[in-house]
Amino acid sequence: MSDPATSEMRFRDPARAKALGARLAELVAAAGRPISVMHVCGSHEQAIARYGLRAAFPRGLDVTMGPGCPVCVTDLPEIDEAVALARAGVRVATYGDMLKVPGTAMSLADAQAEGARIDVVYSVAQAVELARATRDPIVFFASGFETTAVATAAVLVSDPPPNFTVLSAHKYIPPVMEIVAEMPGAKVEGFLAAGHAATITGSAIFDAFAAQHRRPVVVAGFEPLDVLAGLVALVELVVAGEARAVNCYPRCVTAEGNKVAQALLWRVFQPIGGRWRGIAHVPSGNLRLRDEFAHVDARRRFDIDVASLWQMAPPALVEHCVCGDIMAGIAAPRDCSLFGRACTPDTPVGACMVSSEGTCRIWHQYGGVPDLVQLGARPDAARAP
Amino acid sequence: MSVRERITLKQGAGGRAMRALIGEVFVEGLAAPVAPGDVGLADLDDGAAVRIGDRWLVATTDAHVVHPRFFPGGDIGRLAVAGTVNDLAMMGVTDAVMLTLAVVIEEGFPRADLERVAASIRATCAEAGVRIMTGDTKVMGKGEVDGLVLTTTGVGLTDRVVTDRGLVAGDRILVTGTMGDHGLAVLAARGNLALDVELVSDVAPLNGLVRVALDAGGDAITAMKDPTRGGLASALHEMADKAGVAVMLDEAAVPIRPDVRAVGELLGIDPLHVANEGKVVMGVRADRAEAVLAAVRAHPLGRDAALIGTVVAEPPGRVVVDTGFGRRLLVEPEGEPLPRIC
Repeated sequence: MSDPATSEMRFRDPARAKALGARLAELVAAAGRPISVMHVCGSHEQAIARYGLRAAFPRGLDVTMGPGCPVCVTDLPEIDEAVALARAGVRVATYGDMLKVPGTAMSLADAQAEGARIDVVYSVAQAVELARATRDPIVFFASGFETTAVATAAVLVSDPPPNFTVLSAHKYIPPVMEIVAEMPGAKVEGFLAAGHAATITGSAIFDAFAAQHRRPVVVAGFEPLDVLAGLVALVELVVAGEARAVNCYPRCVTAEGNKVAQALLWRVFQPIGGRWRGIAHVPSGNLRLRDEFAHVDARRRFDIDVASLWQMAPPALVEHCVCGDIMAGIAAPRDCSLFGRACTPDTPVGACMVSSEGTCRIWHQYGGVPDLVQLGARPDAARAP
Repeated sequence: MSVRERITLKQGAGGRAMRALIGEVFVEGLAAPVAPGDVGLADLDDGAAVRIGDRWLVATTDAHVVHPRFFPGGDIGRLAVAGTVNDLAMMGVTDAVMLTLAVVIEEGFPRADLERVAASIRATCAEAGVRIMTGDTKVMGKGEVDGLVLTTTGVGLTDRVVTDRGLVAGDRILVTGTMGDHGLAVLAARGNLALDVELVSDVAPLNGLVRVALDAGGDAITAMKDPTRGGLASALHEMADKAGVAVMLDEAAVPIRPDVRAVGELLGIDPLHVANEGKVVMGVRADRAEAVLAAVRAHPLGRDAALIGTVVAEPPGRVVVDTGFGRRLLVEPEGEPLPRIC
């Protein structure tokens, strides 16, 4: 049963997918009205795009991606802090995805082109190794939701070297779902929650949310069948008017979550309010280091001069970028005049085109028209025999 | 000097950017008009064809650089001979009259490596039944060229030219074996990936295999291309684009070795986006598809051949993948996942 090939087969079985797809179509048809749900995870969008699910969703079911990319929602001033540190000569280590995310005037990649020292790492542990191998101060510019924040926390409680500090841009996902649910104009009737984040938080954390915002939440995994089964459960709840949380990823997620990881997370971080790029001020949405960890907090160890960056003119195209609306689930990449033209993975204008978790980047990777509707292809006539 | 005024690696990666560069810089000024039925520079096919009497004279030329020069399954010498033999074969020439070989060597290059490459060239020529009849050798100063560059030209005759633009709606798409082997083998051989598996390049001369297919299919083989740089994704796009048709790909039918698939998933590289050096993708009229498939499978280089899709009319120039779960576009790679691989 631990054979990976076998487990892959179990969750990538087209015949089961067809049955689930048929059930979705039946539910939406029976509802007799369009249904709109949101997922909040780049990995869900990756699975949907990779397996072409959007072209197979029933007409009348709208599945949008919300603020599910931690890199994308990293706000301009947070990027500016990292850029300012790097330009001041401090070595900044960060995930590759963060390199090209535009700040107010420039990205870390721009700073690097000017001569700043940026180290791309694949894990916080690698950044610590880097610090151990040098006497230079190393600032780890940390991004990611609670899943990744736990890894950062684990490093900070195990005596990192004295030249190692963290600039936290970590985000906490549950509060932003409340913001998006109550946004004016939001049509979202239910949420698909990210299975990996829920391994930490547990699925029960969504019970109160579901009740308070009168919208069901389904925790789902990332294989195509996970996504389809999650959507079937979610649409069933929407149609039945049941606003509760359901765990459709029980092979990884429990109701109470990972208590050890939660304890570690809240021992090191405290949730504070802050802006998520393009979305809104999110109360308790940002994870910042607690006072006990001031000695490893780059914000308290360095004098970060972001103001100098704010004197510079922002790139001209930015005003046309609709990343904010895309992350809020109000717009799709197809609504952006820059998408695939002025804004590509090589020359990103907005953060959503930078990260492999960003909606624009994912859509672009698979041709930009995930439902194939704009191509005028008659889906059934065009099917391979 | 702006970005547009410098050549980027992306413009050599076999995709749209490369075709645009060639079109703007070379085709624009160099492409002479050709007689009907002939194939010229503007066609951007695997080679050129000129009618002489009742046959066609076909020529093709290729420059080869690869890192590492020796990789599991082959080396730069085998790649050079096979590449040229295969480009001729894609045009319908399966018994080349001759090959030429130009060698540019960097000062300081180990003589033993050069001899090893020469031995590989000799062996591959014998395998393909071709001869190198003339050549040229240059040595450049240290740093003036990167190690070794081989340029090969092939010349041959054929009664029927097969182009890469002949797809017609209703044709089946056949590949002669597993996809992505060469590209991922070379990426894995670059050394810094620390993988436990050894992937092996598929580099091989395909003239024998193509002969078998043409004998079985004749005129029913409507188009051929070797999916080298840019992989199956680029080859299918180019074929669809030139013919003004679309390809509907059945993802589950595309043969991919499990180790290639696993390394691809690990590296985030789609095996359909990387080079093959021993495979053909062809369009075959539906009524002959099974017969051609059976003939190809009977050849040692075609054992894993499969029918992987169908040519449809709409939407022109696109390749749509049926994943078994739904459908999506296949996109052309926009550059090499890592530096040069073939």
